Amino acid sequence: MLGGDERRVDSRTIYVGHRSCSTTEAFIPPKFCDNRIVSSKYTVWNFLPKNLFEQFRRIANFYFLIIFLVQVIVDTPTSPVTSGLPLFFVITVTAIKQGYEDWLRHKADNEVNKYQVKVLEDGRRIQKESEKIKVGDVVEVEEDETFPCDLILLQSSRDDDTCFVTTASLDGESNHKTHYTVPDIEKDLESLNATIECEQPQPDLYKFVGRMHIDKNDQEPAVRSLGPENLLLKGATLKNTQKIYGVAVYTGMETKMALNYQGKSQKRSAVEKSINAFLLVYLCILVSKALVCTTLKYVWQSKDGQDEPWYNEKTQREKDTNLYLKMFTDFLSFMVLFNFIIPVSMYVTVEMQKFLGSFFITWDKDFFDPEIQEGALVNTSDLNEELGQVEYVFTDKTGTLTQNNMEFIECCIDGFQYKYRDASSELDGFCVTDGPVSKLQQKAGREKEELFLRALCLCHTVQVKESTDQGQSQQDGLIDQVDGLEVDAGLFHPPQEQRGFIASSPDEVALVKGAMRYGFTFLGLESKTMKILNRNNDVEMYELLHVLNFDPVRRRMSVIVRSKSGDTLLFCKGADSSIFPRVRQEEVERIRMHVERNATEGYRTLCVAYKILSAEEYAQADAGLRDARLALQDREEKLMTVYNQVETGMSLIGATAVEDRLQEEAAETMEALQGAGIKVWVLTGDKMETAKSTCYACRLFQRNTELLELTVRTLEDGERSREVRLHELLLEYHKKAVQDAPPVKAGVNRSWSSAGQDYGFIIDGATLSMVLNNSPESNSSRYKNLFLQICQNCTSVLCCRMAPLQKAQIVKMVKNSKGSPITLSIGDGANDVSMILEAHVGIGIKGKEGRQAVRNSDYAVPKLKHLKKLLLAHGHLYYVRIAHLVQYFFTSVIWFSFSVCLQNLCFILPQFLYQFFCGYSQQPLYDAAYLTMYNICFTSMPILAYSLLEQHICIEVLLDNATLYREIAKNAVLRWGTFLYWTVLGVFHGLLFFFGVRFLFSNPALQDNGQVFGNWSYGTIVFTVLVFTVTLKLALDTRHWTWINHFVIWGSLAFYVFFSFFWGGIIWPFLRQQRLYFVFANMLSSVSAWLVIILLILLSLLPEILLVVFRKPRGPHARQKKMMSPILSFKQLSEDGLLQSSRLQL
Amino acid sequence: MMASSYNAKDEDGHITVTGPGGGTLRSKKPENTAFKQQRLPAWQPILTAGTVLPAFFIIGLIFIPIGIGLYVTSNNIKEFEVDYTGVDMSSPCFNCSQNFSWNSTTPCTCTIPFFLEQPYESNVFMYYGLSNFYQNHRRYVKSRDDSQLNGDMTSLKEPSKECEPYAYHDNKPIAPCGAIANSMFNDTLELFYNDPNGTKVQIPLTNIGIAWWTDKHVKFKNPGAGEANQNLTAVFQGTTKPLNWRRPVYELDAAANNNGFINEDFIVWMRTAALPTFRKLYRIIKSPSNGMMPTMPRGNYTLEVVYNYPVRSFEGRKRMILSTISWMGGKNPFLGIAYITVGSVCFFLGVVLLIIHHKCGNRNNSADISN
Repeated sequence: MLGGDERRVDSRTIYVGHRSCSTTEAFIPPKFCDNRIVSSKYTVWNFLPKNLFEQFRRIANFYFLIIFLVQVIVDTPTSPVTSGLPLFFVITVTAIKQGYEDWLRHKADNEVNKYQVKVLEDGRRIQKESEKIKVGDVVEVEEDETFPCDLILLQSSRDDDTCFVTTASLDGESNHKTHYTVPDIEKDLESLNATIECEQPQPDLYKFVGRMHIDKNDQEPAVRSLGPENLLLKGATLKNTQKIYGVAVYTGMETKMALNYQGKSQKRSAVEKSINAFLLVYLCILVSKALVCTTLKYVWQSKDGQDEPWYNEKTQREKDTNLYLKMFTDFLSFMVLFNFIIPVSMYVTVEMQKFLGSFFITWDKDFFDPEIQEGALVNTSDLNEELGQVEYVFTDKTGTLTQNNMEFIECCIDGFQYKYRDASSELDGFCVTDGPVSKLQQKAGREKEELFLRALCLCHTVQVKESTDQGQSQQDGLIDQVDGLEVDAGLFHPPQEQRGFIASSPDEVALVKGAMRYGFTFLGLESKTMKILNRNNDVEMYELLHVLNFDPVRRRMSVIVRSKSGDTLLFCKGADSSIFPRVRQEEVERIRMHVERNATEGYRTLCVAYKILSAEEYAQADAGLRDARLALQDREEKLMTVYNQVETGMSLIGATAVEDRLQEEAAETMEALQGAGIKVWVLTGDKMETAKSTCYACRLFQRNTELLELTVRTLEDGERSREVRLHELLLEYHKKAVQDAPPVKAGVNRSWSSAGQDYGFIIDGATLSMVLNNSPESNSSRYKNLFLQICQNCTSVLCCRMAPLQKAQIVKMVKNSKGSPITLSIGDGANDVSMILEAHVGIGIKGKEGRQAVRNSDYAVPKLKHLKKLLLAHGHLYYVRIAHLVQYFFTSVIWFSFSVCLQNLCFILPQFLYQFFCGYSQQPLYDAAYLTMYNICFTSMPILAYSLLEQHICIEVLLDNATLYREIAKNAVLRWGTFLYWTVLGVFHGLLFFFGVRFLFSNPALQDNGQVFGNWSYGTIVFTVLVFTVTLKLALDTRHWTWINHFVIWGSLAFYVFFSFFWGGIIWPFLRQQRLYFVFANMLSSVSAWLVIILLILLSLLPEILLVVFRKPRGPHARQKKMMSPILSFKQLSEDGLLQSSRLQL
Repeated sequence: MMASSYNAKDEDGHITVTGPGGGTLRSKKPENTAFKQQRLPAWQPILTAGTVLPAFFIIGLIFIPIGIGLYVTSNNIKEFEVDYTGVDMSSPCFNCSQNFSWNSTTPCTCTIPFFLEQPYESNVFMYYGLSNFYQNHRRYVKSRDDSQLNGDMTSLKEPSKECEPYAYHDNKPIAPCGAIANSMFNDTLELFYNDPNGTKVQIPLTNIGIAWWTDKHVKFKNPGAGEANQNLTAVFQGTTKPLNWRRPVYELDAAANNNGFINEDFIVWMRTAALPTFRKLYRIIKSPSNGMMPTMPRGNYTLEVVYNYPVRSFEGRKRMILSTISWMGGKNPFLGIAYITVGSVCFFLGVVLLIIHHKCGNRNNSADISN
């Protein structure tokens, strides 16, 4: 046996078809979970308790539950209904929503679990429900079916022992992937006696290690290694293959799909944190108010005759209660009375606003991309407003800034440049343009050329698409378009040879296509034989021996093939940095020049090398590879070592340049982001030169930008160690960018763009890791600080040669830096997932590198250009809306004036003051119905409509003036200063309302028939003023009156009046006290009441109106700016010829 | 504090299972409706100095006259107040207030003379006022049973728990129950005009129309109301009077339409006051029908009080108020003053802002030009 035994626990043993392989061992069927997928959370039985438990785990709900319980248990002023009803409402709505969603999940689960599958059992095919599959069952799957569990492919109906699958529902990659059967399996699965040993379930979709022991009756058990290429994942779909047989290895919740969907970490927005902070303050106010009231109550009671005058005796029970207990319950009562200061309905409204608001993103037709027929996708609605707060954007380059639509531009063979111009005009498709001057019009030897082209044709993992649907693809071409990898070979070859290539990376296809232009066509891979049609239209055959897969750490891939003549050849292609050290140095210089020039032009360059393996060399490599592949433990590491051993001493044949075009409007988008005061960092795995040129093309670096480079290259000039040099450079740059920078950074640090020199910073992966994880000399944190400070003073930062994890590291570093800026990551590939998850807001681009980024993102858009509208328009509006919503709820505010609190502070303040006049008896000022309805009905609809529809600045203006984004930066609307301001104004309003009515009631004879008003009339007047002021304040704030706003604002006022009449118009049989009977109608019959209501509403709106006037001088100025900026941009435009054309098109 | 989200997130952690062959078909192009594209036609008012400044002036111009009108009206209302608590030794009611006992059978009366300097025209309203009486205390406010007062027979026999400790007495239900009813104001006030010729003329006082019409006719009902020849004594059989009352509820008034729960004095008392110092309407002095004579001419009057209601224990005060009424209710200069103040402030602000705006506007313009 091989060395896997030491950690048995980490692997599982599966008996294929439940047949024990060894007769000596007793067969104990191992216990595995069944194949039932349970994505639902609840069952009918546990729904209620479990859902309630989960809901009350939220602190806000719990708080209201406690208040409710206090009301039920303790004798409190307001009936439990007043807080119970809203809570009940919230809980019910949430429960219904979650219940419905769970029901949908149940339905989906059932669909999957009850799906009929065919299982081979004792030689017969048995129909079974999917959920009954057990580990070890041999399952038959037909074309276009999804795999019911994770299977090891045993047999395929295709001749070459492969099958094709798409993993569209797993990672969104719609291309076909090839999977292989376990080699050397007998055709008769019935007699197959094998065990599979594989690792325990783990979520990585692309990793699988295992091995299979095949017992043949009389021979030694054969051992075969199993890798991800043998594993068919649940959720993937079988394509292009009639049927396959596979043995179940992971079932149900242990499948990779199920393991993969486990939760993401929750992201919380800055606004939410503000809310919580404000709530905390209000909670303190609440407690202190209750404390003050309790104290005052007992002081007041200690006076003779106050506590229990003859007309108002206590019940026996009250008299008997312990004094301290009484004090405590009094305290609780006050808490309950004042608890409206913490608005339960705010949670509901905020949730609703976020949930409904996010629809506007999905509905936006500007985000619709006709190419992929998809619009934007919102994965979480919790971060809408965060889009308006972004300070740093981290963007991937490939596929994000650029289109990831590769086109072969030129190649360089043996130092000679070949630029493809127009194939059909040249006899042999070759055209030499601007090679080195001395060798102009020269070509490399034909032998070298052909070697190079063969290398291009062989060294890849491209598949040729089955030509069964040739006619169809000619007609609509849709399939090819979706894959984006169509090759119209008809141009160079007779038109009947329509050919499509499928590959995991578009570079490879571009290279194969490039080779095709020069006459070498890759025909396909059939049973380990690669066929190539060469220039002379001869078919060359190569036996594919090994593929040394590409990985981002090695940054290269190789194939080992055997030619017809028996030579074993290794072809390797990869990034220059990873190839150059592994080839003979004398070849490097000739090619390096080309590579560097191509890279500066923004092309992606790859170097191609080869090596002829001698028989011994090959045997050694072969053995090493096989060993490594069979290893159960540390297979990756072992493979890597072998790879590195094999890929040495090669000779360089040439280099290729592939162009990756910029995304549409990439430059405009970047410019807009910079204009909005957002710093853009490009994090890419690409080469520095390529990335730099992309940055120039995107106008992230301008011509006058001074670049500060901190790369391996700058570190290496000079004889000093890298460490010393790094330190030096950091200090130098720091001096340049931070210390010598004009001292604007304190307050107006966002206006750097206008002031003085722009700096761009470039760092590469190797240097970054030196900066971040420094040697034990422990000045790493110092480096890190210097680095951060430099970066913060640069307009753009380019980080190249980044590993995915480093991207996340950078995001994390910036995220945790001083001031904790809001970060946004945007990317399209699997390598961006880590930074998408790390940043505050993660945006996925529905690009060509699969769907992993989209799946892990918070928002997904089809193109980079959509980022502009997403941030500048949607983000800005959402932030303003939600901030306003919160303000309104805590206080109720006018947009420009950040004014006053009403909704709660004022609402509760008169209540507080009233205590002075009613002997601290916790008598509520308002009727319970009003208390309950206030937040739920009277005032919530207008603010919800407002928070969904408001556009204080219309979208076009927002898009045209990126600078407007800066005005809301750093949570500008929800700061402590403004918070204090509303709170103070709120106190003012409370006092105003209370004392206004108080003085009116110094003579309660307010009707013209001499009759008097009581306490309920008093409360109703204050309440009416409140409802009207709150709603009218919102009306004053509203800058964008659609019919919905009109309807809701005037409607809710009408509803209030209607409700008051209705509530007071009937003797309600279920009420114990008819407190409001005709109170409202009587109030309206009093002229004085009308007059005081009008006066108070006007007085409380006065500060708002005043502020509008005081702000007035800014008005024309702002508009002036808006008028100016198009002119400014026009000036820039005329300066810059490049931009001109694109602008004029607009 | 706030757990971040209700729902959206809970789902993220869960498997969205696509059915067999599940391809996602989300490729619907968003509808191009005004609502979905956030392009609803909208009115976008901009508050500018141009619109706000006139508003200030208009508010000023409207409010100041209203305020003056209110102030004048309030000033024209005549009001006279007598404190008859009897705190001072000199006060006629001093004795009554000192020798107070709930059980005394002989009523204590006192007489207070007063002089009206001005004649009171049209209807004159007579109020009693109490001070430091917390009718708005929570325990007090809720101590009533509205369904009993609405004539509900079961509530009559079984008063609500809220009435405790004034729900039962001697195992008999109290009707009307509760602290409010129990503490009903029971002083009797009578007014006499001392004619210059020496005769003492009793002024007729009406006790009809002092309570809200809806209270009297809908909210308060005697039990068994609507039955033919209703006998209140029989209906209230089995109940007992509130502890502090001298007469049972069915003997409150001789007139059948003002007896029992629909007694207007009772209804007025049951409408609890908002503030600890309050007044309640007691009687109305109707103006003579010929209209030539003032309702109460200038001269000497006597207030005769049957002193039943103790307030000294909680340092309260009792007052008798005579007042005329205008369209704005009783005398209250507050509204007039407030309107005048707010109106003038608005006007003043308008002027100030106009000046500021004018200056700023000029400066701005010049700045713009220099740009």
